[in-house]
Amino acid sequence: MLKLEKRAQPSQVWTYATPLLAVLVTMVAGGLMFAALGEAPVTAIRTIFWDPLFGQFAAFSRPQLLVKAAPLILIAVGLSFGFRAGIWNIGAEGQYIMGAICAAAVGLAFYPLEARWLIFPLMILAGLLGGMGWAMIPALLRVRFGTNEILVSLMLVYVAESLLATMALGPLRNPDGMGFPGSRNLSQYASSANLELIARTGMHWGVVFALVSVILAYGLLSRHIFGFNVRLSGDSPKAAAFSGVQPGRLIIACMAISGALAGAAGMFEVAGPSGQISIDFNVGYGFTAIIVAYLGRLHPLGILLAGFLMALTYIGGEVAQLTLGLPRSAIQLFQGMLLFFLLAMDLLTNYRVRFTKTGGA
Amino acid sequence: MSSETLLSLKGLTKAYPGVVANSDVSFDIRAGEIHALLGENGAGKSTLVKTIYGLVKPDRGEMVLGGAPYHPAEPRAARTAGVAMVFQHFSLFDALNVAENIALGMEDPPRQRDLAMQIRKVSDDYGLPLDPTRIVGELSAGERQRVEIVRCLLQNPRLLIMDEPTSVLTPQEVQILFQTLRQLSSEGTSILYISHKLEEIRALCQHATILRLGKVVGTCDPRRTQARDMAEMMVGTSLLTPEKAPGEIGEVVLELRKLSAPPPHQFGSALREISVSVRKGEVLGIGGVAGNGQDELLAALSGEMTTPNDMVMIKGQPSGALGPTARRRAGLCAAPEERNGHAAAPDMSLTENALLSGRVRRGLTSRGFVDWPAARDFADEIIATFDVRTPGADNMARSLSGGNLQKFVIGREILQKPDVLIVNQPTWGVDAAAAAAIRQALLDLALDGAAVVVISQDLDELMEISDRFAALNEGRLSAPRAAKGLSVEEIGLMLGGAHDMEVAHAEA
Repeated sequence: MLKLEKRAQPSQVWTYATPLLAVLVTMVAGGLMFAALGEAPVTAIRTIFWDPLFGQFAAFSRPQLLVKAAPLILIAVGLSFGFRAGIWNIGAEGQYIMGAICAAAVGLAFYPLEARWLIFPLMILAGLLGGMGWAMIPALLRVRFGTNEILVSLMLVYVAESLLATMALGPLRNPDGMGFPGSRNLSQYASSANLELIARTGMHWGVVFALVSVILAYGLLSRHIFGFNVRLSGDSPKAAAFSGVQPGRLIIACMAISGALAGAAGMFEVAGPSGQISIDFNVGYGFTAIIVAYLGRLHPLGILLAGFLMALTYIGGEVAQLTLGLPRSAIQLFQGMLLFFLLAMDLLTNYRVRFTKTGGA
Repeated sequence: MSSETLLSLKGLTKAYPGVVANSDVSFDIRAGEIHALLGENGAGKSTLVKTIYGLVKPDRGEMVLGGAPYHPAEPRAARTAGVAMVFQHFSLFDALNVAENIALGMEDPPRQRDLAMQIRKVSDDYGLPLDPTRIVGELSAGERQRVEIVRCLLQNPRLLIMDEPTSVLTPQEVQILFQTLRQLSSEGTSILYISHKLEEIRALCQHATILRLGKVVGTCDPRRTQARDMAEMMVGTSLLTPEKAPGEIGEVVLELRKLSAPPPHQFGSALREISVSVRKGEVLGIGGVAGNGQDELLAALSGEMTTPNDMVMIKGQPSGALGPTARRRAGLCAAPEERNGHAAAPDMSLTENALLSGRVRRGLTSRGFVDWPAARDFADEIIATFDVRTPGADNMARSLSGGNLQKFVIGREILQKPDVLIVNQPTWGVDAAAAAAIRQALLDLALDGAAVVVISQDLDELMEISDRFAALNEGRLSAPRAAKGLSVEEIGLMLGGAHDMEVAHAEA
């Protein structure tokens, strides 16, 4: 019979091996699921993981990797601070939407003025502040009234979605759009467009921002006292209080960081790949980023890799939907499996599995 | 006292990865005797009693209970066989009443009303007054222990195991507990009494088995053996008593002015108008039974709990509203009682734990960036100076034994050279040699001119190192008195006496 023994120290080997193992097990379980859906499992897995990079149409799908990975990484890096400290911002999706709305509003307010040097930075600022402001609602409610930030931030996603629809149909609707919902296309407006910096790579300003955020987060977490306080609070809130960490300030700081980065991700998306505020602007980056953050062990470099992996499943999923006709929900289930197996495998980091001969007490 | 053997242990051996907890342990417990199990922390006492109680399965060896082979697979089997245990840490639910708590531990509990009557009867018979309808959260530590004892007695045990039962009691409460145990013993119940308080064992037990490093190293009749001899058997070497050199008492560096605070949570204690001042070079001992405001007092001094500014004066400056970081800057360091998860973060390395409280006074950050090499040096310095046994500063705090981590925590604060040091339970769960080292370090710090406040439940410890002694009782602090010459009775009265408990009726 199996028995679990707590390790004195978390295993170093398993800390790094579990994400890889989780990916492998997800492939196996996902393969079984695809087989149950009537697809050849190996083909399905290859379509998701291999074809987007090296397949026939890889030239089209490869740039998408950076486009999809950038918002995931940006949001996940922000979330990782709070998650490490035990502050659960589940509403990054809403902060992402609010960042996009604020940035788009700023950009559209200047339309058709040609002043990229002013408008583009202002939009980034608006995106940061929009996401941060939305995240401040659950943060301040938690600090002031002790509400649960998980519930508040999550519910605010639906508020943000309604607001998005209102904006797309109302104040931000394109006056020249012949009544169609949706704003002007920001990517076609020279002052606001978040275009590819290097042609056909998918490299845009959001990617630059994501990489910078990874480096800054790494420095903050490993070298700065703020990062130490975040880790300390997550490990032991009482020890953090003894050390002198003020929990309220930490909550507000972590929520501000995650909200701001999610908002920035929204800005880069609305000014570039998406181009406009529309009813279906958000595609779940804010939720998928939670998986990315955990898949990357809440470590900035891990998140970088996990972001690319998750982006790959997004693109591969689309390819599989197109070529194999797999349902969209199957792809989402596949992504969910990844988080599920990762969390399950985590057990191996902190526990040792032993086989005992007798079925004892 | 009958000489018939109740429980016989033969060659019990239990190994864990990397450590042999029990090695070939054999001894007998006679029916109706009070048998002491003595040993330092880590000597294997806990493993042994867990084996007897069915929580641990031995690798080798056997037990015979009342003539029949005894191999309890789980505590339920042990209870059925007549073995009961009162743990050091109570497993009671604060929000339930006494009878409900007791019912939770029973196989098929009787109706609440019947159970309440049984509880009243048992508590009456053994002089353990207990109201079955009271909410456990409102009970003192001594009363909670009574709930556990009554829970055991309802099973009519043949063997009662008590793990460090007096650590939460006042001297008077200890006397009452001893009366109960003697009565049980006279009725034929055997008691296995685990403790490291030698005077208690000398007063109560008829037989003692001493464990060291998992092995039985000696047995004796504690009534006829000197405490010092037993201690040396326990430790294996001769003990050094901390020496108190007469230091110079200087000006007041810490002053509390009617320090009051509401309870921080539902079952916490309030602090009520605590006024005291501590001078340079002085050790103030604060005694008291657990749960009388010790944790709250420490929090109010360390800065984890803030109060109106002028209630706490550090070196003449109002400091009640300052947080822990600002207080450290002002010269006050503190070490809370709970090592893992309060004084230290269990899943962080010792280097990180050195940074945890040493940042300000050791200058371990500049402009917010951590100087990791300096933090590591500080951790290494603590490890070297205070003889912390660990492979290195990269190890997690939780991988250290309790005593070693305590040395690290106390050492961390002492090496910051504070003007005022507050410690709560500095030697709780620490072996005798390490405890002596910690006490000596505290005395040395005072000799160097720091004011030291030691909050502790160990009265012997307080008498050994304090210049003045005060008692904390229900959030109030008694007027401090010179520690020299205080008698046990006087201390007991300062601690609030026996909380209106009565001695066993059966005595009369």
